[in-house]
Amino acid sequence: MGKYILKRILQFIPVFLGVTLILFAMENIVPGDPIKLMAGEKKLDPQTEVTLRASYHLIETDDNGQPVYDESGNTIETPMWKRYVFYVSGLLHGDLGTSYQRSGQPVADILAQKYPYTIRLSICAILLEAIVGIGAGMVSAIKRYSFWDILVTLVTSILVAMPAFWFGMLLQLFFGIVLKDVTGGGFYLPISGAGGPNAEFNDWVYYILPAMTLAAVSTAYCARIMRSQLLEVLNQDYIRTARAKGLSRRDVIWHHALKNALIPVVTYIGIDFGAMMAGAILTETVFNWPGVGYETYRAITQRDWPIVLGSVTVIVVVVMVINLLVDVSYAFLDPRIRYGAGKNE
Amino acid sequence: MATESKKDMETMTESQVKVEASAQAEDLSAAPARTLWGDAWKRLRKNKLAIFGAIWIIFMILVALTADLWVPQTLGSPTEADSTTMAQMSRLAPSAEHPFGTDTLGRDVLCRVIYGARISLAVGVLATAISTLIGLVMGALAAYYGGIWDTIIMRLADIFLAFPYTLFVIAMLAVIGSGIQNVFVAIGILGWPSIARVFRSAILSVKENDYVDAARAMGASDFRIIARHIFPNSVASIVVYATMNIGGAILTESALSYLGMGVVPPDPSWGIMIQDGQTYLATQPWLMLMPGLAILTTVLAFTLLGDGLRDALDVKMKDA
Repeated sequence: MGKYILKRILQFIPVFLGVTLILFAMENIVPGDPIKLMAGEKKLDPQTEVTLRASYHLIETDDNGQPVYDESGNTIETPMWKRYVFYVSGLLHGDLGTSYQRSGQPVADILAQKYPYTIRLSICAILLEAIVGIGAGMVSAIKRYSFWDILVTLVTSILVAMPAFWFGMLLQLFFGIVLKDVTGGGFYLPISGAGGPNAEFNDWVYYILPAMTLAAVSTAYCARIMRSQLLEVLNQDYIRTARAKGLSRRDVIWHHALKNALIPVVTYIGIDFGAMMAGAILTETVFNWPGVGYETYRAITQRDWPIVLGSVTVIVVVVMVINLLVDVSYAFLDPRIRYGAGKNE
Repeated sequence: MATESKKDMETMTESQVKVEASAQAEDLSAAPARTLWGDAWKRLRKNKLAIFGAIWIIFMILVALTADLWVPQTLGSPTEADSTTMAQMSRLAPSAEHPFGTDTLGRDVLCRVIYGARISLAVGVLATAISTLIGLVMGALAAYYGGIWDTIIMRLADIFLAFPYTLFVIAMLAVIGSGIQNVFVAIGILGWPSIARVFRSAILSVKENDYVDAARAMGASDFRIIARHIFPNSVASIVVYATMNIGGAILTESALSYLGMGVVPPDPSWGIMIQDGQTYLATQPWLMLMPGLAILTTVLAFTLLGDGLRDALDVKMKDA
């Protein structure tokens, strides 16, 4: 097991280098000079500009961070590979870089500000997904071909085919406008303008619609996996044996079938949690949610590449770590699985 | 009730059945053996949902292709606004004249939904074609040559899959610029790893067969073995995967256009229409409802057809 985990962690390295390299290449292809974008309309005084460029490693500097000039007194542009090395060594020292446009704010600070929103929303969504998805899948499998089974199949097919942002708007329309008298219109665009720790935003009510939107598609998949797994398990010999020895159908389902059927579902939910931690641009846009996904999207449109690089790097690492944890827990949940024993990973 | 709808379904597919029957008759004269596709069609025909999906797709394609012939005459232009009547025509509720209502600039929403179908279907099909092509080449290289090729290509696939997908597409569009051609390219290029994985495992299972060894013993080239022996035997899984992928590409396009990174206005993309309609959610909800329903039904149709093809072709897929 230890060997397997080590092997997986070593596999992080090429993926991590590849991801950052691709982003770096993108940054260099995008037209526009970041320092000029930063200045906007203003004209930068040449000395300030040189200092700024030096601080972002855009031009060659000496050991003290002072710009280096060539024979004709011009600054020397840092080659891309060298800036990449700076970036990666910065990361290894825990430095995610500095934003170009948010008045030189460190990327780590920006992410630290946004991540709590993403984490809270993800937890709500994953709880919803687990409860509704597993419940619906169980009903669907136990009462196979009944009205409820058909309903679940129908609803999951529709949820999967729907654009998530549109579903979010439908929820706003239904709870905020159609049911206005009941909800007081409180769900409609709940947190526009929110961003600080204001009291209204801490209200749990405001998590309901975004969490439903974020969870919609994965709840549908979760229900489908639960249904097919439970049906498969219920077909196995040990279930028939349990029934034959006189246990009630309810006992067999709760104590024998469910445990085994849940293993792949739990894995799916774990991986999905990782995906949610990557931020949900569309859900966040519809509900004006100040999370990581929307922040990164905004940084892309503003060409603020340090934020893009920093947040994607963090996202990729978080997702890889969660996936590893899921795979490891899989071995604990299902003793038949042994990593590292065979020739396959 | 059930028998009635079944009857409907049969009359609807009658023309297709005839076409297929004649095709089968030709097949029979050439080779008495039943073909994979003939068998698959027989099974698919019994799957009401899949046939329903196929009919909806064909209907959408026909409407989208013939739009120029009848839509501008009856419903007006999808892009140009008439400034003289704009004030009276703005955001009208659905009526006989404008079945889906009108938007802020007084353009007919149904007309824009129809022209939006062109964009969505084109993006779905072309982006899938690009990813499939790249995926096939990469998957074939990885599986057939194995070794270092396999390692490099599959690690590259891992890197692509490690990216948060939507952010990756947006970053790509920020680099190459928005616009419909770039949307094809961005969605197409970023979709290859999953197709490559499907094709790689399909090849790996086919490669072990004796007829591949036999072909090699007879001196067939690598390309010939892949093209004539391996590809036809793994094409079923690719067809299923590509069909389902079209729906996914349509969803991605709508999301990109909704965010303002995809198709450029005034071109009528469903995602842009939803974004326009969001402002009037409280007062004129049909502005966002209609294009959303168009996306939902189209993607659903591709999913149902994909599910049907999967069952009919007996392709094993990993997800539920």
